[in-house]
Amino acid sequence: MALDVFAPWNDPDAKPLIQFKNVSKRFGDFTAIDDLTVDIFEREFFALLGPSGCGKTTMMRMLAGFETPTEGNILLAGQDIAPVPPNKRAVNMMFQSYALFPHLSIWDNIAFGLKRDKMPKDQIAARVEEMLRLTRMEKFASRKPHQVSGGQRQRVALARSLAKAPKLLLLDEPLGALDKKLRQDTQFELMDIQEKTGTTFVIVTHDQEEAMTVASRVAVMDHGQIVQVATPDVIYEAPNSTYVADFIGEVNLMKGKADPQGDSLQMHWAEGQPAVVGSPLAGASKGQDVHYAIRPEKVSISAEKPVDAANAVQGKVLDIAYLGNISTYHVELAGGQIIKAQAANNRRISRRAFTWEDQVWLSWTATAGVFLER
Amino acid sequence: MRRMSWFNITSLTLGFAFLYLPMLILIIFSFNESKLVTVWAGFSTKWYGELLSNGAFLDAAWVTLKVAFLSSTMATVLGTMAAIVMVRSGRFAGRTLFSGMIYAPMVMPEVITGLSLLLLFISLNVDRGVMTIVLAHTTFSMCYVSVVVSSRLVSFDQSLEEAALDLGCSPFQAFRLVTLPIIAPAVISGWLLAFTLSLDDLVIASFTAGPSATTLPMKIWSSVRLGVSPEINALSTLMILIVTVGVVGASLINKRNVVRQRREEAAAAKLA
Repeated sequence: MALDVFAPWNDPDAKPLIQFKNVSKRFGDFTAIDDLTVDIFEREFFALLGPSGCGKTTMMRMLAGFETPTEGNILLAGQDIAPVPPNKRAVNMMFQSYALFPHLSIWDNIAFGLKRDKMPKDQIAARVEEMLRLTRMEKFASRKPHQVSGGQRQRVALARSLAKAPKLLLLDEPLGALDKKLRQDTQFELMDIQEKTGTTFVIVTHDQEEAMTVASRVAVMDHGQIVQVATPDVIYEAPNSTYVADFIGEVNLMKGKADPQGDSLQMHWAEGQPAVVGSPLAGASKGQDVHYAIRPEKVSISAEKPVDAANAVQGKVLDIAYLGNISTYHVELAGGQIIKAQAANNRRISRRAFTWEDQVWLSWTATAGVFLER
Repeated sequence: MRRMSWFNITSLTLGFAFLYLPMLILIIFSFNESKLVTVWAGFSTKWYGELLSNGAFLDAAWVTLKVAFLSSTMATVLGTMAAIVMVRSGRFAGRTLFSGMIYAPMVMPEVITGLSLLLLFISLNVDRGVMTIVLAHTTFSMCYVSVVVSSRLVSFDQSLEEAALDLGCSPFQAFRLVTLPIIAPAVISGWLLAFTLSLDDLVIASFTAGPSATTLPMKIWSSVRLGVSPEINALSTLMILIVTVGVVGASLINKRNVVRQRREEAAAAKLA
């Protein structure tokens, strides 16, 4: 990896912008955040990803100042922000509903925060124009929020929250209200703006594709805890648990007993099936319960048994999901386990090699999947 | 559009006749030439002219307007505050009791409200006059304001206020710059409602008024006891006119806002 790659989380000298230190938040009996510790660095695009109710929104609201932690500290640039009210924080938020002020024009919406800072009029005007240009909304400055489309409203909300040049910008499901095509365009726009402004972004989303696309690091959350924090590729290729593997993308999960063999690990998972061979799992002892996760696109499908594959199993095609560019084959093995295998449709569908009920071989290399402890 | 059946037309006519015939007769007879209220003797506007030269009526009208303006303004401030607390504060012990207590004056018999206020003023040794009527009217009309405003606040997106705080507003600024402008139509409707309620109240005003202050409904009531005069008809017609203009105006403002918003949203949707 080149040295100039942006990765402050690997630099022991880097000072985090935000530190969560053993933060817990309880609402009555319900624990929304459970003893959570994480560092977020300057200029990062940090994604909080998880199902609804996992505590990601609570984390964001604590950063904005709308909730205070029950226990623990949140530090912004080294200072505890608990006693600072939301209107005094160098943090701005883009709301899920956009929360644009309906009685003000788009220009006045963007100027709203600047006016509160008692900024001189000409500077306000200059800054608003700059924000309008950044979000390509110059033509709509005098309109009211309900006179523009959903995607434009989203851009106004972004412009308004960026206008005060916050140290940290929070985005709460910012693209949830947009349709898929527009969402993809906007994701790239967001990354572009984040790079241009150099602001630290923290985004809350339940859409894993979105988190993978925009974020420098992703935190996968479950029940008020962060299960894994890593770059998108690590989250995808080397999840630390079946929860993360299952939450991000499609995966085949198998369970069996570990059998360490020198520099590799074997897993016995079914009577009469060959053991799964893969890279070793630190600390796995013989006979221990382990899981194996392998992505469908890393499983090859063939009619004949491949000669030199580390892993090869036979089964019959149960189902085929045709997705246009790729097809997912659901293959049932002798023991009843179903393995999904993906193949690119580089030939027309009429020339497809396999069909329902066909006996096929599935194979993958020794490094394709990962063993997981839990 | 579907044609209405004879049954529906009859029901509608009867219903409206029941509601508006008395007022219609009153309006017609206010233009009567004759001094006898029940005998039609030709069209004339002379009673309106006489009304304008009747000092006692004009004084009473002035008192009524003053009372209505002051009490509806106070009721709007208090009622809006009550509505915000009831809608925003979430659950707390005794919430149901409090909200019940805010709305109770709506169903309380006016005689009871008037009497209890009278006793209060006497025991506090307050001189009864315009101010006491204003206070009395404020107490009973603020619950109406509170109902109107809280129904608007329930659908108010709280993240708007959070956004204002987030952008650097103090909580009071957030209310003044964001919440208030958005709920303004409801506040204005509440004010108009309180104004008309105060305008036509007879019972509570009678209890709380002193010799120095007589409102128009009180004046009408006392002069009718000496016999109905066409002048009263003219006066009542004017009051109906004022109230109608107020109510129709308020609902038109509301409706126009809704229609405009829909049209603009439709235009935005087309744009998208």
